[in-house]
Amino acid sequence: MTSELTFLIPEIVLFVLTCIILLVDTIGSSEDKSFIYWLSQSTLIVTVVLLVFLCPDSTTHAMSMNFVSDPMGAILKIFICAYTSVVFFYSYDYLKEHELIRGEYFVLGLFAVLGMMVMVSAYSLLTIYLGLELLSLSLYAMVAMNRDSQSATEAAMKYFVLGALASGMLLYGISMLYGVSGAIDLASLSAYISQQTGNNILLIFGLVFVVVGIAFKLGAVPFHMWVPDVYQGAPTSVTLFIGSAPKIAAFGMAIRLLVDGMEGLVDSWQGMLIILAVLSMAAGNIIAISQTNIKRMLAYSTIAHIGFLLLGIISGSQSGYAGSMFYVLTYALMSMGAFGMVILLGRKGYEADTLDDFKGLAVRSPWFAFIMLILMFSMAGVPPLVGFWGKWFVIKEIIAMGHISLAAIAVLFSVIGAYYYLRIVKLMYFDKADQMTAIKAGQGMRFVLSINGLALLALGFMPGMLMALCLGAFA
Amino acid sequence: MIEQIVFYCFAAMLIFSAGMVVSMRNPVVSVLFLVLSFFSCAAIWLLLQAEFLAIVLILVYVGAVMVLFLFVVMMLDINMTVLREGFVKFLPVGIGVAVLMLISMGLIVGSSQFDIAAVASVAQHDPGYSNTKELGLALYTNYLYPFEIAGIILLVAIIAAISLTMRKPRTHKTPKPEKQVSVKRKDRVRLVKMKAEKE
Repeated sequence: MTSELTFLIPEIVLFVLTCIILLVDTIGSSEDKSFIYWLSQSTLIVTVVLLVFLCPDSTTHAMSMNFVSDPMGAILKIFICAYTSVVFFYSYDYLKEHELIRGEYFVLGLFAVLGMMVMVSAYSLLTIYLGLELLSLSLYAMVAMNRDSQSATEAAMKYFVLGALASGMLLYGISMLYGVSGAIDLASLSAYISQQTGNNILLIFGLVFVVVGIAFKLGAVPFHMWVPDVYQGAPTSVTLFIGSAPKIAAFGMAIRLLVDGMEGLVDSWQGMLIILAVLSMAAGNIIAISQTNIKRMLAYSTIAHIGFLLLGIISGSQSGYAGSMFYVLTYALMSMGAFGMVILLGRKGYEADTLDDFKGLAVRSPWFAFIMLILMFSMAGVPPLVGFWGKWFVIKEIIAMGHISLAAIAVLFSVIGAYYYLRIVKLMYFDKADQMTAIKAGQGMRFVLSINGLALLALGFMPGMLMALCLGAFA
Repeated sequence: MIEQIVFYCFAAMLIFSAGMVVSMRNPVVSVLFLVLSFFSCAAIWLLLQAEFLAIVLILVYVGAVMVLFLFVVMMLDINMTVLREGFVKFLPVGIGVAVLMLISMGLIVGSSQFDIAAVASVAQHDPGYSNTKELGLALYTNYLYPFEIAGIILLVAIIAAISLTMRKPRTHKTPKPEKQVSVKRKDRVRLVKMKAEKE
């Protein structure tokens, strides 16, 4: 038992430190939350260090097959913690500026990270579900945190009801799978599936509900209704969080359920995912064109990117999954940067969330207009930025599996999508600014946002290292 | 034989009371029917020799959760006629969807998949067998990890509920008794010496 617990050390340390932060926040009644903030950041750093230090090079199961320790899980967890740290960095400025700062934001954020870590290293249907609930519950509360805002309350309500519905769907599918196979851990489930000859209709029935649950959590069309409303209604710091790390966790969950658990049913879920992917790319890219609110536009862009992410999983090969992993890791980085820009341009009592706020940014701040240019070009998939490589890897895999028409559709919609990304570039460089107020952001925020943008450029020139990491995770 | 009769009685009661929960006009009556449905459910658990689950269902759900529910329903004064607006208008669509779902699920689930013969019958145990002990053993050994996570979820629920409902200390002016008591005469009364004025 003691040796099994060593695999869980990062999770345990994160949990204990989070509880300590909760106590410190409750006991110390000071209005200044900078101490809580720094404690949260150090917790994340400690967790990352532990994760790197304990990074496994082989697959081991622990806690009676409820937990798996493998390279993919470890890498995803490291990225989840690192990205959350950056998210906290951006959020701190935003929350302070808008007077929303509360210790619970960081505590709930850390619990969400714990939920994500449980999700990506879960090896039984039960643990996957519990990790997902831990994540979702924290996110619902974070969206609702700004109680004086009507739109935030509405977004939280919508998120909660639809999220509960999705969890119900997932749970129904899981109960079906359990009822048929009698297996709650993924190893026995996949062993049961591999024994099946012919078409087991009940297994497919359970699979359908599980896929619906995953699609809901990822925000794939036609289960995407909550995404734009929640992205727009939530405080930007929370939108930033929802748009980054949880996407990585949802990818991890999809891989655990579909690949680790039900790879035997690959022919069945491939077809379902193709429909989801094509619809997501179509609806996401086309509806995004008509948006005037940048948070809403980025929400539809997320939906489109999820379509691309699914392409890699559809290919059903190890390199395809690695391509998807590369895609989600880089997409989360881009999404974080884009919402970081929205935070940067905002100020007390004012949210810079319309497209018009980006007018003439090149005059107001040439450097940040350039960073936004990198972010938008990367999202559109313009070489040599990293967004191009993400798309390239998944489309390459899809073609290798013989889905030429699917690849053609993906390229077509990515061209359509380029329109609204380039429109922001046009607004920044060729339009006159409505307002010439100087950007009021701290040095730290400017620095990290610049690093975030330049990282996309650097990764674009050297995608090999990250790709090798992703391939290694699935080797 | 007698077991089957008991099962069908409670099953019928469960379905009847569940139907009443959604069709009653008065929400308080609905909640009471929900209590009845939990009771019938607990009885069915007992037939499966799962006495611990049956007792927990009654203690936790009926004893604690439903009482709380009843309080909330009584306090909120929900106007059901407003909630039921459009019920008739959407009824045909609702029935259509429900029938469609029922048929499609019946075709899949109702087929030979869940045949009695395909499912292993419930294991019979001697009277000394303790359900509670077995559950406890399973929870604290094989399912320790999920069990702990469930605990953390409850903790998050508490934090979320408190942080969403607790307002900051009121900022309007209220007398503070502890300060009122400790007030000295010299804090409030100031004697000013002045010369007597002549008329």
